Amino acid sequence: MSDKIFRARHAMGPVVRGIALVAHDGFSARYDLDRINGIFSRPAHKLAGQSYVGKILILDTAKGGVATAWMLHEMKSRGIVPLAIVLNSVNPILAQGAALGDLPMLAGFDEDITAAVPNGAEVEINPQMKLLTVVKGRGAS
Amino acid sequence: MAMKLSDEEQDILAGKAGPVPQTALQHQIKVGEFFGAADFVPVTQAHIMADTESLGEAGVVWLEGLAAATEGQRRVRIPTITDPRGTDFANADWLGQTRTMLDLERRAIAAFEGLGVAMTNTCINYQTIQAPTRNEHAAFGDTGVVIYSNSVCGARSNFEGGPSALAAGLTGRTPRYGFHLPEHRRATLRIEVDHTPASLNEWGALGGVIGRIAGNYWAVPVVEGIEGAPKSDQLKHFGAAMASFGSTALFHLVGLTPEAARLSDVAEADLLRHRIAKADIDALQQSYHTDDSVDVVVFSAPQLSLYELGDLASLCDGRRFSVPLLAVTSPQVKPDADRMGYTARIEAAGGNVLSGMCFYQSYAREISEAKGWKRLATNSAKLVNILGGYGYRPMLASMEQCVDAAASGKLAKS
Repeated sequence: MSDKIFRARHAMGPVVRGIALVAHDGFSARYDLDRINGIFSRPAHKLAGQSYVGKILILDTAKGGVATAWMLHEMKSRGIVPLAIVLNSVNPILAQGAALGDLPMLAGFDEDITAAVPNGAEVEINPQMKLLTVVKGRGAS
Repeated sequence: MAMKLSDEEQDILAGKAGPVPQTALQHQIKVGEFFGAADFVPVTQAHIMADTESLGEAGVVWLEGLAAATEGQRRVRIPTITDPRGTDFANADWLGQTRTMLDLERRAIAAFEGLGVAMTNTCINYQTIQAPTRNEHAAFGDTGVVIYSNSVCGARSNFEGGPSALAAGLTGRTPRYGFHLPEHRRATLRIEVDHTPASLNEWGALGGVIGRIAGNYWAVPVVEGIEGAPKSDQLKHFGAAMASFGSTALFHLVGLTPEAARLSDVAEADLLRHRIAKADIDALQQSYHTDDSVDVVVFSAPQLSLYELGDLASLCDGRRFSVPLLAVTSPQVKPDADRMGYTARIEAAGGNVLSGMCFYQSYAREISEAKGWKRLATNSAKLVNILGGYGYRPMLASMEQCVDAAASGKLAKS
């Protein structure tokens, strides 16, 4: 089981389970998203055109400006929001936004989490335990 | 691990100062414990990014809830100022902004004023309001403000998004993590440049190249090879682009910025080295040159200083623009630009000088749809990095080339 469970150094929010949307790319709500339609809109982003709504986003690093601190809260109020965000490297803005929006977040792993979790896998985020578990799909037990 | 709280902080958390500081401290503890902060550090100023495109209805309602608290229990404890708004009310109709957007802005402003926040509406407060001093702990929003304050002034701030900057204003403190700690201010990568930029777009492009290499918030580049003494506007564009491309919050310039008199002051001898040549700076700029025609020219991000507006006014003399040209500045600079005649000279050529907003923070997607603007020329590397996600085809060029493009509708290749 040890290769299916990943421990984070930083965590907040409630436990959730959902489908992972994975890419080795960055994340900024302002720079990367069409927040009205719930899709990645930045043409150069590896998830361009894909819906992030209700997905557990697993990405490399927080990017860009400070607007995400408000935007996650606003996106959640309309239900056009990821279920959780998982990052190799987080910045304060993503954490502040998750705190205001009460969004589960994990960050900081001993391996590249975007390479370790298959796109489309079902995963569970447990911030209290600081754990990400692949429960279904390639890589699950 | 739980943060260590002083007696005063325990009282705030218990609600003895009222629900607004209590809410603020609860938010700060969530963030602080996420990053393993041991305790809080007092801060002297806060700067809030809170345009209503980011806030939305939900954010404004949240602010109004705080502002509805009892007088005497809801005001900020330290000087707390604001980043640009989502509009310049005097030009909102021309920008195609709707009554709904403006009503939301007015509600946000009323809520902030109820909380005692000073509506400075600027992202260049280090040039116009009060620059922080070395080792001054602050809670600044706007990545360009943070990177300039940390790097050029030697102050200590993390990126504080709107909710956290407001919380810092309301409690007078912020969690002690990240760039408040000396150990995070050491360089993590070494950059050697063999070309010192001259124009603002070149400085921005160099910042963008370094930001891409740095790649994340915790990376701190130390840069060698810059000749002469860069000016405030040059480092403004350099830092804003680095923060935008890399989420970078601190850089050092050897022999120039206050913490790096010598390389050894901030760096270990074995740091990974990266070389950046003029070709790398040119390549970043050329990668954005995707069309020969432009629909609009925008000078913004960061807001223009008085010197930049003076330079722009000189370039506008005797010209007649065929496409719109927008120059965006702060409410502090605009009256001086009016008095000096810069505004009149820019507008005589057909340009517009806007105040208190910043282009990308002002419903850029909706402006694009209302005005039919897609192909946008600017001298701001930060702006080109942001606007791709808003449906624009942004192109980076010098101020001179951008003014030429406003006159001819064509953008020359560099």
